[in-house]
Amino acid sequence: MPKARVYVTLKKSVFDPQGRTIHEALRSMGYEGVADVRQGKFFEVDLESMPAERARETVDEIARRVLANPVIESYRVEVEP
Amino acid sequence: MKVGVVVFPGSNCDHDTVHVLGEVCGQDVRLVWHKDSDLRDLDAVVLPGGFSYGDYLRTGAIARFSPVMKAVGEFARAGGPVLGICNGFQILQEAGLLPGAMLRNGGVKFLSQPVHVRVERTDTPVTAGIPAGRVLTMPIAHGEGNFYAEPEEIARLEGEGQVVFRYTTKDGRLDPAANVNGSTAAIAGVCNAARNVVGLMPHPERASEPELGSADGRQVFEALARVLSPAAR
Repeated sequence: MPKARVYVTLKKSVFDPQGRTIHEALRSMGYEGVADVRQGKFFEVDLESMPAERARETVDEIARRVLANPVIESYRVEVEP
Repeated sequence: MKVGVVVFPGSNCDHDTVHVLGEVCGQDVRLVWHKDSDLRDLDAVVLPGGFSYGDYLRTGAIARFSPVMKAVGEFARAGGPVLGICNGFQILQEAGLLPGAMLRNGGVKFLSQPVHVRVERTDTPVTAGIPAGRVLTMPIAHGEGNFYAEPEEIARLEGEGQVVFRYTTKDGRLDPAANVNGSTAAIAGVCNAARNVVGLMPHPERASEPELGSADGRQVFEALARVLSPAAR
């Protein structure tokens, strides 16, 4: 049963107010060494038994159509057979 | 004319919108359940505000796959007027019927307050007949209203005159302090290239009677009623 992991992040060009707020909180806690924080989303998708190639295509399509909004986000898919 | 107001699970401005269109503006109006896909009796469609599907994944991201959205897409492509308010605007963006996307507000907080928006274009079904440059005072209530598009897309929207409403001061001046959610180019509302689909973040239905502090929003619904009146068609 293939398992997929999908990471959705805001594009580099898009300002992330939540990441900045977390970053500011970390600084106020004394974590001086943190240069930046970006917040994203992580999905675990369990698939029915199918060839790895098809699993990758299916999850890639799901990520593109649903999990990420291409106007503001990019995504990365990992598939484990 | 007859206006349909779509009800998604989590819509919460649907009845306010029906009230203003029906009771305040005297239009024939009905609710449209999100699983319906027959809009043939309608002359205009409004996607109201709310928190469809609890804003899960992204605002509007799940609602845009509701059966009714296929019909709304066909209605829009056939030239039918479509207005998306707040969450309705976000759903239209997710559906690809309006440009851009909404980011979390620049200051991160959910904002519930009156704002002033300037009418930039009067060649849309919800601004026709309103003098260009008029400032309308209406409330916003959103956590994700920070309009974003790539710089080239913003330039294209500006060039094509697709920016319909902009956050300004009460006297119509652009001011970073008036752009409360940090939207790119202070954009509060846009239309599609064909100009029949419009989205705006403020809630005209919450500002259509003087008892509510402002009746400015009524002008948006009255514009729609004028455009669809038998005399105008």
